[in-house]
Amino acid sequence: MPYLGGEDTVRELRRALSNPNVQSDQLRYRNTILKVIRAMSQGVDVSGLFSDMVKACATVDIVQKKLVYVFLCSYAALNPELSLLVINTLRKDCQDPNPMVRSLALRNMTNLRLPSLMEYVEQPLTAGLRDRAACVRRVAVLGWAKLHNLQPNSEIDAAVVNELYSLLRDPDPVVMVNCLRALEEILKEEGGIAINKPITHHLLNRLSDVWGQCEVLRILQRYRPQSEDELFDILSLLDASLVSPHPQVMAATLSLFLSLCSGLPAVSLAALERVRGPLLAACGSVSRELRFTALCHIQLLLRSLPGLMGAHYKRFFCGYAEPAYIKQRKMQVLVELVNDDNVTMLLDELKGYCTDVNTDTAQAAISAIGRIGRSYSDRCLEILTGLLALKQEHITSAVVQTMRDLVWVCPQCSDTVCLALEGCEETLQDSQGRQALLWLLGVYGEQVSSAPYTLEVFIDGVRSEVSLGVKMELLTTTMRLFLCRPAETQDMLGRLLHYCIEEEPDMCVRDQALLYYRLLHCGIEETQKVLQGRRSDPSLGVLIGRPSEPISQWACSFNTLEPLRQGTVETDSTSRGSPEHVTFEPKPNTDLSDTLNFSLTLLLFLGDEKMEEDYMCLEEQIQFPAIPHCSPQSLQAAMQLVNIQTLAFTPPHTLPWRVYLYTHTQHAGDSPHITLILGELLYTGEANQRAVLKKALKGFLSILTTVLHTLSSERK
Amino acid sequence: MISQVFILSSKGDHLIYKDFRGEAGSDVVGIFYEKVTALTGDQPPVVMSHKDLHFVHVRQGGLYWVATTTADSSPFTIIEFLNRFTALVKDYCGSLSEKSVQMNFALIYELLDEVVDYGYIQTTSSDVLKNFIQTEAVSSRPFSLFDLSNVGLFGAETQQSKVAPSSAATRPIQSSREQGGKSEIFVDVIERMSVVIGTNGVLMKADVEGEIRVKCYMPSCSEMRIGLNEEFSIGKSQLRGYGAAVRVDECSFHQAVRLDEFDSHRILRLCPSQGEQTVMQYQLSDDLPSAPPFRLFPTIERDSGGRLLMYLKLRCDLPPKSAAINVCATIPVPKGSVSLSQELSSPDQSAELKLQNRAVDWKIPRFPGGTQLSALFKLEVPGLSSASMLEVGPVGLSFELPKLTVTGLQIRFLRLSPIQPGPSQRWVRYVTHSDSYTIRI
Repeated sequence: MPYLGGEDTVRELRRALSNPNVQSDQLRYRNTILKVIRAMSQGVDVSGLFSDMVKACATVDIVQKKLVYVFLCSYAALNPELSLLVINTLRKDCQDPNPMVRSLALRNMTNLRLPSLMEYVEQPLTAGLRDRAACVRRVAVLGWAKLHNLQPNSEIDAAVVNELYSLLRDPDPVVMVNCLRALEEILKEEGGIAINKPITHHLLNRLSDVWGQCEVLRILQRYRPQSEDELFDILSLLDASLVSPHPQVMAATLSLFLSLCSGLPAVSLAALERVRGPLLAACGSVSRELRFTALCHIQLLLRSLPGLMGAHYKRFFCGYAEPAYIKQRKMQVLVELVNDDNVTMLLDELKGYCTDVNTDTAQAAISAIGRIGRSYSDRCLEILTGLLALKQEHITSAVVQTMRDLVWVCPQCSDTVCLALEGCEETLQDSQGRQALLWLLGVYGEQVSSAPYTLEVFIDGVRSEVSLGVKMELLTTTMRLFLCRPAETQDMLGRLLHYCIEEEPDMCVRDQALLYYRLLHCGIEETQKVLQGRRSDPSLGVLIGRPSEPISQWACSFNTLEPLRQGTVETDSTSRGSPEHVTFEPKPNTDLSDTLNFSLTLLLFLGDEKMEEDYMCLEEQIQFPAIPHCSPQSLQAAMQLVNIQTLAFTPPHTLPWRVYLYTHTQHAGDSPHITLILGELLYTGEANQRAVLKKALKGFLSILTTVLHTLSSERK
Repeated sequence: MISQVFILSSKGDHLIYKDFRGEAGSDVVGIFYEKVTALTGDQPPVVMSHKDLHFVHVRQGGLYWVATTTADSSPFTIIEFLNRFTALVKDYCGSLSEKSVQMNFALIYELLDEVVDYGYIQTTSSDVLKNFIQTEAVSSRPFSLFDLSNVGLFGAETQQSKVAPSSAATRPIQSSREQGGKSEIFVDVIERMSVVIGTNGVLMKADVEGEIRVKCYMPSCSEMRIGLNEEFSIGKSQLRGYGAAVRVDECSFHQAVRLDEFDSHRILRLCPSQGEQTVMQYQLSDDLPSAPPFRLFPTIERDSGGRLLMYLKLRCDLPPKSAAINVCATIPVPKGSVSLSQELSSPDQSAELKLQNRAVDWKIPRFPGGTQLSALFKLEVPGLSSASMLEVGPVGLSFELPKLTVTGLQIRFLRLSPIQPGPSQRWVRYVTHSDSYTIRI
């Protein structure tokens, strides 16, 4: 902050601090110190005033003391020698008759964070544990945790630990909870405080203040009741806090409930029903951050109990003034709650959001309608086609992408979609939307009468095309259209191939064009075999009607930041639904409508010389506990669902049985780049994975693992 | 567990920074602000991460209140803590704004020091804290009686047409210490409604969330008894009395409230602590006791010159004595709208085309019950097509209804016992507001 004039200010302040006139006038002295702290919090380096401030802390004025301590704690690490001077004052304060002064001194003594001062601190801390005033004991207990973390390798003083354990019976509830916290930190190496039956019941019977309660409930998650009777005793004690008006208590209690009842699914489900009320109340809270948190957790609950909120769907209608992140979550919840009775209402409501000013919200609403369309296709298609008439870029693009995803799952929609496509190309601007349109034209070319003309426009503009994805898609689409309408397409296909092979600077596009060119030489039958892939995957429909997951799938992430963060990942990924990208979704079965016709394209990345240059090898071996011995076909099909292509596999019944896999990913992060992942899967139980990027690899592995697990569970 | 807490202004100025555990570097504030500014739009997600650092923030008073924490900590706890912390700052400083935070930074440091130790929340109860907090608050403007002059006492009519918004009592709680005579207690019944009305005028959704908030400036108050309507009932089964019942679906109370007289006489007993606290919260869904306060009769058409004509009649169905204030209707209009010409029925109304929001904002400062207002908007939209009509609507209304609760909840009496020595003032205020009253066209 240049306008504060760092050095001048410091000089000025030092003069004032050492001025005896100022020092004798308490108010002026305090105001000067106030100025120092203000400068400090604005980012001016005032560490030079340390010695003057040390003097200022010897005062009877508590306000001044507090201010000086704020300063000292911030700068002590820079001046370990001078800090020794403070210790004397602090130790004297620890003897003060006023408990507030004692606790203040003790707290700041431990906040100096100087290992060199430890020997001076231990004695007052020990005394503090036995102080008459609860506020001093609170500070002293946590002080030991701070001390321990300053020198994590030092030996743990058994006497202190014992004293802390005995302070668990302190009459002050905050002292008790602080003891828990301190023991957790000190005994971290041993896995935290030992929770036995007497401690558990002592803690449970003394739940009082809201914040402490959350802490206690969290720590109790480690306890395993010895008998069923004891378990139900604990549960009935907790029942009242399950419907606590404080959402943090409710969440902590439910977490504990779920961990205690992991073997009793019926009880857990009943607990979920119980928290419905408080969660809904939190969804209507004044604080929008709290509303958001509650929404994210409701999404978790719905995974196991899809019918939980069915009757309350109206609570998830979006308010006009709500921020986009809440609206998007609410729409995700609404999609889950659709049923025959409310579908009309819901679609009416969602329709209203499609024209939202915020383009993200609008696009989210459109794709939500698409999701509902998997079960109620007619009504949704009507809305979607209506939206096309608006002729707005972002809406049209989202609608076309949604239609592509919908057709992939529900091929019966194709007639309506093909009719709607006419004229879209004029409005579409972004590459995602145009890729979707091209895909639809390629796959349903024979049904769209104007398809060749639309393609011609694209081909004429191919020179100025910047998006790689669009060019690749254009090649495939033209090839496909050529197969079903050769007379109209032959000429433009020739032009396109000529351009791509002769003039196109991008290696990938050129290689693909070359491949198609050679493929045509092999005869039309061969070409057809390669290009006429599947146009839809109705089997996905089964995956979409989400089966209820067991609670254990998400119980560990309940009441953590995890459910809140998933959303940010999803909104960040701009490559949503684009055919040749794997998007690392936590639930790979929801966004599977991606099309899988790019096996050949991807193969050609290998020929990219630039790629070879940057090639970096990273090997990682992972073990899958139970790899099923399944037929290559089923493995391949399963892999394709998540956009992992099988490169080759050895004939069945040979050992070791190998499968070569690959996929590629696009990161929407700081620097967009493409990563190619190759993998070798050995039936003997190990897999070699090579990848260019560890992060991408991790995502790949998690998806791979999921697929293999799904397969193995199906086998059983 | 909280590693750090800091307060940032919306421009990125560091107002308060406190590191509780000394584990992360001090440039976290910079990292956070970079993350915020890197995003488009002004609504950064509540949780953001940078390597192992997790930022959780709430926005209040135009400021970012941020805590850094670990991935496994409870979001409910952190967010409720930040909310409670903002409430404490508001209690102690009088109001929440960049200015008040800047002026009272010493007080806020002191608060933080007492509230959190080593990243663990110690206490947030103002009863406990008042013994520890020594610094005096600095008010950004001197407190004057003028602020309170337009507050209705016991719902009584005042001369001013304008009634104070729900937060009139904005002064630091501690100033009551010297001005011993100024011991006051405010009891506010605040309801928020969210309504969706369908195209045919049918009420499709109506939710009310209400709360009774007590703001106490008394240094010591032994017991307070709040009497609600006798015919107040919770849930569907429990109807009682002969008059029109006041019904809510769910109801929860602050833990300090004693309910021994609640079942028989609908009396809440509590010892209010200094500062503001919510003593009761309740919800009502899908069943308003009276007609929704506003109806809209729109006519929307294209005229021959390619302009969009919107003729809107808005009727206020409140009882004739009441009035809505600060009514603002937001009418989304087609993309590409260029200009607006308007005919409004009275000069105090105004309307404006907000190009950024693609909407017309129609503002009505005061709207008495039982009356009807109309407005004619002509919009110049080049290339208006019939499909563009889809983009008009739904209309969003925001408003305040002073001295009125939609559920009908009233406070029968407010007694302090024992009777306070010296002059003490008790205020009861009612307000209903909504920022999500949607009327589909």
